Amino acid sequence: MKVSDILNELEAEVRCGETSLDRDISWCYCSDLLSDVMANAQKDSIWITLQTHPNIVAVASLLGLSAILISRGAEPDPETLNKAAQENIPVLTTKLPTFEAAGRLFMLLNQQSS
Amino acid sequence: MESRKQMSQDITLEYPIKGMDFVSAGEASSNIKHTLQLIGFSPAIIRRAAIAAYEAEMNIVIHGSGGVLKTVITPEKIELTAEDSGPGIPDIDLAMQEGYSTAPDHIREMGFGAGMGLPNIRNCSDEFVIDSQVGKGTIVKAVIYRT
Repeated sequence: MKVSDILNELEAEVRCGETSLDRDISWCYCSDLLSDVMANAQKDSIWITLQTHPNIVAVASLLGLSAILISRGAEPDPETLNKAAQENIPVLTTKLPTFEAAGRLFMLLNQQSS
Repeated sequence: MESRKQMSQDITLEYPIKGMDFVSAGEASSNIKHTLQLIGFSPAIIRRAAIAAYEAEMNIVIHGSGGVLKTVITPEKIELTAEDSGPGIPDIDLAMQEGYSTAPDHIREMGFGAGMGLPNIRNCSDEFVIDSQVGKGTIVKAVIYRT
C-alpha cells in the first residue's frame, strides 16, 4: 500500500513531500516519544504522532520511515515542513485522533494482506 | 560476494553540536548515516549506528550544552564518540536505567526525555563506555562491528 492510498480513508491532507507519495507503507508506529520511535519503528512504516517540531523529520529520515501523519488536527511548525520538503518525506495531517487514524489504517493494511 | 567499495583508509567525521538547537539537531547523525550508506554497510548495521548517533547527538543537545560527535569508520567497525562539556552525570547506573531522565518539562513535551537515550545507545552497540565527571562533562563511546 502506498502513502497516496491511505489519504481518503484517513481524511489526511498532504502538507509536503508530494513527490514521495508512491512510497510503500508496510506498517505503522504510534508514539509521541522520539526515543521510543527510534528504538521500535520499522523502516517503511508510517509514524502517527502529535509532535510537530522539526526534529520529527530527523527521526523519520534516520529510520527510513515512509511518512509522518500528525493527528488530532495538530499543526506542523513551518520549519518542520521546510525540513521534510528538503528530505522528501511526506508530512500528512488529519483531524482524526491517533487511535482512530491508527484503527482505520490497521483495517486498510489488513484488508490488503488478506 | 557482496559488492562494496573498498575502504583504503579510515574515515573520521567530526561534528560540533550546539546545545538546545532543536532545528539542526539530527543533522550530524543524518550525515553519518549517509556516509555509511555510501561506503556500503548493511542496512541493519546502519540502523544501529543511526540510532546510537542520534541518541548521542540529542544528549549533547539536551543535556550537554554543546559538544562534539565524532565518528571513526574503519573496514571492521564504526566508533562513535560523543563528548560534551555539560554538567556531568552524578550516578551513571541510575542514568542507564530505562525511564530515568533529568530532562526538564519543556523538553519532555517535545517527546524527548523518555529516559531511553542511553539504553538505546547501549542496545545498539557491541561496546559501550560512558565516562562522566560532575561539573566537567560526559564522554559516551559506542562501537559497532561490521559483522
